[in-house]
Amino acid sequence: MGMTMTQKILAAHAGADHVQAGQLLLADLDRVLGNDITSPVAIRAFEGLGIKQVFHRDKVVMVMDHFVPNKDIKAAEQCKMCRDFCGQQDVTHFYDVGRMGIEHALLPEQGLVTAGDLVIGADSHTCTYGALGAFSTGVGSTDMACGMATGKAWFKVPAAIKVILTGKLRRYVSGKDVILHLIGQIGVDGALYRSLEFTGEGMHTLSISDRLCIANMAIEAGAKNGIFAVDDLTLAYLKEHGAAEPHIYEADPDAEYEQTIEIDLSQIEPTVAFPHLPENAKTFDAVEKIPVDQVVIGSCTNGRLEDLRAAAEIMAGRQCAKGVRVIVIPATQQIYLDAMAEGLLKIFIESGAVVSTPTCGPCLGGYMGILAKGERAITTTNRNFVGRMGHPESEVYLASPATAAASALTGLITSPWEVMEQ
Amino acid sequence: MKYTGHVIRYGDNVDTDVIIPARYLNTSDRAELAKHCMEDLDATFVGRVQQGDILVAGLNFGCGSSREHAPIAIQASGISLVIAKSFARIFYRNAINIGLAIVECPAAAEAIAEGDEVEADLDAGIIRNLTTGAEYSTEPFPPFIQTIITHGGLMQAVRDGVL
Repeated sequence: MGMTMTQKILAAHAGADHVQAGQLLLADLDRVLGNDITSPVAIRAFEGLGIKQVFHRDKVVMVMDHFVPNKDIKAAEQCKMCRDFCGQQDVTHFYDVGRMGIEHALLPEQGLVTAGDLVIGADSHTCTYGALGAFSTGVGSTDMACGMATGKAWFKVPAAIKVILTGKLRRYVSGKDVILHLIGQIGVDGALYRSLEFTGEGMHTLSISDRLCIANMAIEAGAKNGIFAVDDLTLAYLKEHGAAEPHIYEADPDAEYEQTIEIDLSQIEPTVAFPHLPENAKTFDAVEKIPVDQVVIGSCTNGRLEDLRAAAEIMAGRQCAKGVRVIVIPATQQIYLDAMAEGLLKIFIESGAVVSTPTCGPCLGGYMGILAKGERAITTTNRNFVGRMGHPESEVYLASPATAAASALTGLITSPWEVMEQ
Repeated sequence: MKYTGHVIRYGDNVDTDVIIPARYLNTSDRAELAKHCMEDLDATFVGRVQQGDILVAGLNFGCGSSREHAPIAIQASGISLVIAKSFARIFYRNAINIGLAIVECPAAAEAIAEGDEVEADLDAGIIRNLTTGAEYSTEPFPPFIQTIITHGGLMQAVRDGVL
């Protein structure tokens, strides 16, 4: 029996010729990632081991992104702990205020992930790097500690679901609409413990930004990882960002898939996930006029330059609706600079939006855009659970940057097709 | 590994944001996290949970973020065991890694009611509902995971040199 892409990467990192779904193995890690929320727990565990040095100073990555610039004293203490640890350990890739960005936008941008890598991160959206043909998955702080100490982690080899993409997206439709559609189809546990492997001729029409967004939300279907086949676009992206030499793994023709799903990209419409689960996906034929109090455009899912361009195209020369608070968050310092150079930030500010320094902030209800009781937001983030962005009685609707921007203009949940000529 | 306790029961897709909301993630103090466990799902949980109680839930328990604060909050609140129809994968490995006992058993998770007294013997693979007399069998953990569990978690297993 052949192996899937994911299985091949796991086998290569476990020194095995062949692995099969269900098998447990110990694998070598190319990167071990943590942030300002998860790293303090890992650092405490690491120090409890009595091991003096992290396994490799270049392979540990720590990004201060959730509650920075520090939102309160406790958050400041957590960041200080990470800063001190990385200083003592001489960790090469420690990203603090001024250099940081939202981790899953930052690592690909900085060339820290390449095709064929095995990456764990103490953050559930670590699965983002599958867009670049890597195996990457979210773990907890104890796994991070063990990874920092030994350079290894245990895995159960996942079974897989193959997603065959055909066709090409229509105007103002993006990767976010594709992944919300897929989660709507299979449910929030539809890919539980499994890999989602994206392939098919249609994938070549998707930008890297769209692929990163799709892989990012694989976890919202319960998947262990989401991964795209490597193509010329992937290789060009890796080269442009100075990533290490890629190792390309292709699924065997006789690889076993538990399920095959076909998605015709040309049929995907602007999609919104209603509270309180990402699987509550609806297209606009089923959406009433729902007023919103806040719009957030940003996050590890949709805070990339292409996302900001999509929003700016719709907001240019127009005003945000009265009474709607619109928050735009470029995901990294570089994206911030590029958006400034392109004039995107000016468009946002002139339309009545605020532009924030990179942060995860509002996505997880941390700070920088918390909702009051009964308030409603449409956001480009990744989760709409109860209380996710603030008060337990507030509501989050998930959508693409184009849909969020269109909604910012009308103050109602609005399709970009409604405000733009197709 | 035997656990006996009264059951507190929830439904499907209990996510890590309701287990421990992000507004409390500026600390990793166990006692502090326990004070807010389940707050956005069930504000009565913290007041009524007793040491040794067993949590029973539906599908995809612990979905969402990788925050280990979630299993830590549950463990620190006094819960001895979580029985669910299924677990989200990061929560599953976090629980094993920190030594919070968990077991997947759809039949038990379906039938056991709030307040029932339950006894679970995970070595023998048996869950008994002492209130109703019903019995359910569970799959044993694979040996590799069993090793982590018997060492009380991943870090002790690393310390003991078994990984």
